[in-house]
Amino acid sequence: MKQFQYIRSVSQKAAISAITQEPKAKFVAGGTNLLDLMKRHVMTPERLVDINKLPLRDIKEENKGLHIGALALNSTVAEHATIVKKFPLLAEALNAGASAQLRNMATVGGNLMQRTRCPYFYDTTTPCNKREPGTGCSALNGFNRMHAIFGATPHCIAVNPSDMNVALIALDASVQVSGPKGDRIIKMQDFHRLPGDQPEKDTILDKNELITAVTIPASTLTHNHYLKVRDRNSYAFALVSVAAGLNLDGKTIKVARLAMGGVAHKPWRLTAAEQSLQGKQVSIEAFQQAADIAMQGAKGYGHNDFKLKLAPNTIVEALKIASRI
Amino acid sequence: MEKENATPNPRRDFLKKSSLITAVALTPTAAIKAADNQLDERIAQAIENVPCSIEINGTKHTMKIDPRITLLDLLRERLHLTGTKKGCDYGQCGACTVHVDGQRVNSCLTLAVMNDGKKVTTIEGLANGSELHPMQAAFIKHDGFQCGYCTPGQIMSAVACIREGHADNEGEIREFMSGNICRCGAYPNIVAAIQEVKKGGKNI
Repeated sequence: MKQFQYIRSVSQKAAISAITQEPKAKFVAGGTNLLDLMKRHVMTPERLVDINKLPLRDIKEENKGLHIGALALNSTVAEHATIVKKFPLLAEALNAGASAQLRNMATVGGNLMQRTRCPYFYDTTTPCNKREPGTGCSALNGFNRMHAIFGATPHCIAVNPSDMNVALIALDASVQVSGPKGDRIIKMQDFHRLPGDQPEKDTILDKNELITAVTIPASTLTHNHYLKVRDRNSYAFALVSVAAGLNLDGKTIKVARLAMGGVAHKPWRLTAAEQSLQGKQVSIEAFQQAADIAMQGAKGYGHNDFKLKLAPNTIVEALKIASRI
Repeated sequence: MEKENATPNPRRDFLKKSSLITAVALTPTAAIKAADNQLDERIAQAIENVPCSIEINGTKHTMKIDPRITLLDLLRERLHLTGTKKGCDYGQCGACTVHVDGQRVNSCLTLAVMNDGKKVTTIEGLANGSELHPMQAAFIKHDGFQCGYCTPGQIMSAVACIREGHADNEGEIREFMSGNICRCGAYPNIVAAIQEVKKGGKNI
């Protein structure tokens, strides 16, 4: 690991000031992704600002919605009684990610900020526009089995690896941030970005901004399921995952929420497919139609062509399990 | 009981440029004066080493350590608690699992300095004197290992798995033990050991 300066922050103000002073500074909370990347010299911050002592761990109900402090652990959120009961998509998605040990370390804010697991991003001997802008994308014509089928560009075909993000975007969550210029709220839909020609930027967060909380509005979803398809039963990143949430009145779909993971540079909300389900009766045909709509514009890159079939099948299966038909 | 651990100063043949730059940015006059007097090494030490106090297996250790040292390396290389194993060093295998404030974590993916003020339990702190912890005894009884390299991590994880309430059936145990890889494939026996301890109903 390259040398860095370590600062233990005791207040939000001090943390933001410490990160603003040093151009190559990073916040560290759980560290499960950042330290991994630092050991491999993929990320080489010159200063680490440890925010673990900041009072940002609260999980509380607010106007029937939810406020989750940025430092709440993934395991704490996944086991939280209110979340299990009222926001099961989030609990299921979190439990589908990583291992019990990692969930005990990783925070909600860190999960939002985790980097792609593209093997070329990790391999410092190969070109990667995300790691070293301008060097090229090795995955485009390389081993791209895990890679994007939506929203990719020749600059980058990496995917966002998080399960939590898929549930949060389906639940219309927002991210609260604080920076030297003040506070702002970013909708989950806008927080992560597509690669465009700047794949080095995963999110729209400014370098000096600190995530303080995630908020989720009250949920009316009565039927939920998070379905993750992967190479082994547990402790693997998604090939494709689907968060499906429905508000059912008898067999009638009042509200549908759908999002996919493992398919794009950001958690991929399926708004058009959701709209196609609204007002319809629960049926396999309706689910298949929604899946077809969801897949419009999908593109394979060779090794990941199987996702073009796997993704719609996963959408249908997730909706079937959620609606219990 | 409190121990003062004076970490031996690592011998430096030269001062990295980055340290000097940091030093200059922090305390320009003092650093430049010190550099003139060829005190580079001492500056680097002062800037790099971070005070840190961690209770490990009931013993409080107060140290000044290089922030790059992971909790795993602190345990093994500085404190010679070599029961905790280094498998992958990237959080993928679980061999380095320890308990921090009662929660199981990968000690390879946390910096030692980030654990200031915390209580760490390693495999060495699990037994009660010469009496094995029930999970250790169950692993022996059920042959829950072959080469044994993953075993300390498996046992620390297994104890936490029961304490968390995630050991109600085989499927749940397999899911919540998935962060511990066993290359010998002793999984059925590991699951059997955990099930026996769980059924024993002892407060572990």
